[in-house]
Amino acid sequence: MIRLNNIHKSYEMGSNSLHVLKGIDLNIEQGDFVSIMGSSGSGKSTLLNILGMLDNYDKGTYHLSGNLIANMSEKKAAKYRNDMVGFVFQSFNLISFKNAMENVALPLYYKGVPRKKRNQIAMEYLEKLGLKEWANHMPSEMSGGQKQRVAIARALISQPKIILADEPTGALDTATSYEVMEILKEINASGITVIIVTHEHDIAAMTRQIIRLKDGLIHEIIRNGELKQFQKNYMKELETA
Amino acid sequence: MFDLDLWNEIISALKKNRLRSFMTAFGVFWGIFMLIIMSGAGKALENGVLDGVKAFATNSAFFWTERTSIPYEGFQRGRRWNYENTDIQYILENVKEVEYLSPRLFGNQQAGNNTIRGERTGAFNVYGDYPDYFKIDRWTPVKGRLINEIDILQERKVCNIGERVVEVMFAKDEDPIGQYLKVSGVYFQVVGIIHAETEINIGGGKKEETIIIPFSTMQTTYNYGNVVHFFSVTSKPGTKVSDLEDKLKTILKNRHKVAPDDLQAIGSFNIEKEFLKFSALFLGIQVLTWIVGIGTLLAGVIGVSNIMLVIIKERTQEIGIQRAIGATPAVVIKHIVAESVFLTVMAGYIGLSLGVGVLELLNQILLNANSSGDGMFFRNPEVNLTMALSALGVLVVSGIIAGLIPAKRAVSIKPIDAIRDE
Repeated sequence: MIRLNNIHKSYEMGSNSLHVLKGIDLNIEQGDFVSIMGSSGSGKSTLLNILGMLDNYDKGTYHLSGNLIANMSEKKAAKYRNDMVGFVFQSFNLISFKNAMENVALPLYYKGVPRKKRNQIAMEYLEKLGLKEWANHMPSEMSGGQKQRVAIARALISQPKIILADEPTGALDTATSYEVMEILKEINASGITVIIVTHEHDIAAMTRQIIRLKDGLIHEIIRNGELKQFQKNYMKELETA
Repeated sequence: MFDLDLWNEIISALKKNRLRSFMTAFGVFWGIFMLIIMSGAGKALENGVLDGVKAFATNSAFFWTERTSIPYEGFQRGRRWNYENTDIQYILENVKEVEYLSPRLFGNQQAGNNTIRGERTGAFNVYGDYPDYFKIDRWTPVKGRLINEIDILQERKVCNIGERVVEVMFAKDEDPIGQYLKVSGVYFQVVGIIHAETEINIGGGKKEETIIIPFSTMQTTYNYGNVVHFFSVTSKPGTKVSDLEDKLKTILKNRHKVAPDDLQAIGSFNIEKEFLKFSALFLGIQVLTWIVGIGTLLAGVIGVSNIMLVIIKERTQEIGIQRAIGATPAVVIKHIVAESVFLTVMAGYIGLSLGVGVLELLNQILLNANSSGDGMFFRNPEVNLTMALSALGVLVVSGIIAGLIPAKRAVSIKPIDAIRDE
């Protein structure tokens, strides 16, 4: 599904350049539930943005569903994003002057779906996420958890192959975070690849694979079998702390 | 080409950002509104002033006699002299540049009440004229007819009278046509009531208080012999009336033994010169209107550009989000440009309509205040539609550019940076 080969990325910061990713090799299969962890500055958000075609990379190759993603025109990238990827952001990033239903329906507008039809589909997704009664509310009238659910509905409406979530629980309290993670788990169960960036161990522990980044390189990959061990270690860390 | 969905999106975006939309629209609205009001007012002033003079032949010149100031051919200085009937014939036969020529006699105006009808009396200006005079200084018959060539040939005792003369000499329900007026002791039959088309008055007094009788009748009836007091002349197309004025003065001086270098003996003026003064005045007003108009328009354009820039800055994040969920740059640019064009066109249209409406209202008020419509210096405010539309065009184009430049910038940065832009 996703094949990363020796991905490099640096940012120009005035005169000096910041080498963020120093050669990432990564395979993610269809239906995986992956979390990317790492301390701040380790490049996890950059990696996610490259995966989501929101950012380009300097060196290496990135294949998505067998297609090489490189030097794409903005138009083509937009189409790929619209077809393949759904985004969930830490700060929700809803359009403030559109209500919940219109926000959810927006990706379909760019696909050219007629207004009536896309609003109807948006209502279905809102209903799935338990927000039917909030369809006509503006983002400013909703709680963080509700906003994030609207954002998830918006990510899902274009029926993407991958959901990319950048700190989806970063702005939420624990109980709401777990609710959101349950939703993401359900989405993953329906066969969609879910990749989240987080720095919270308990959130990462709910995924089926953890990729730990350190200084722009993959430090370790914790897979299914080892997850239990990770959870145990994590509990121990919590106790000692 | 009409994309209902696009317009739904645009209108809902505008509706939900009321203040922003209003501020943008107001800049355009105000620019157009002020331009319309100003150009309308300028035009109204021009109409008001020119209305009093425009019917007057601009290629006309006028001559009268004064006392000589230089002794010449045995005559002393200070001699009083007059034009004569032979001058008329001579000029008409020999000066080809003359289009119309009308001699005039001034009646006895110092005599107090010179006109009598039964128990009614009045003091009016009495002139003896040729029919051609009506072509130089335009008069129209309100009722009856103008004096004509046959009146001149047969020396008929007929007259044309102004509106004020009718008021004074006749009762309200009387028909003056066919009635007789005793003017300086002689009866004249009224054949027409005439209305002056211009405010320019030669000979003094009010134009409504005029009695015009045939020139030949006046000469014979009042014993003027072959004396002519006054000449009105128009030049043929292609001849400057100033040149004609000089030429006729030389001829007349020569025929009456007046020194060629006597500047005082012949009084004259030509309307062309006066018109040039007017033209210069209105050119000035027009230039001023344009300068202020372009200034206002420029302020409107800068206002629109400024607000669009602010809007785009405000919307960078929104644009980032839209692109993250699949909007292509073309779609984003299309939206922003369509939004600004829609706003400017709507606002411009409202400004245009309201400006025209205010001018029309002003016109009505002025008309009501002065129902006769005469002597108004502010009339018929009208708008140059071409100018208004091209002003609107300028605003729309600047709206597009104002939207396009920041929109291009907004889509040129990476969507992720746009999203992070706080």
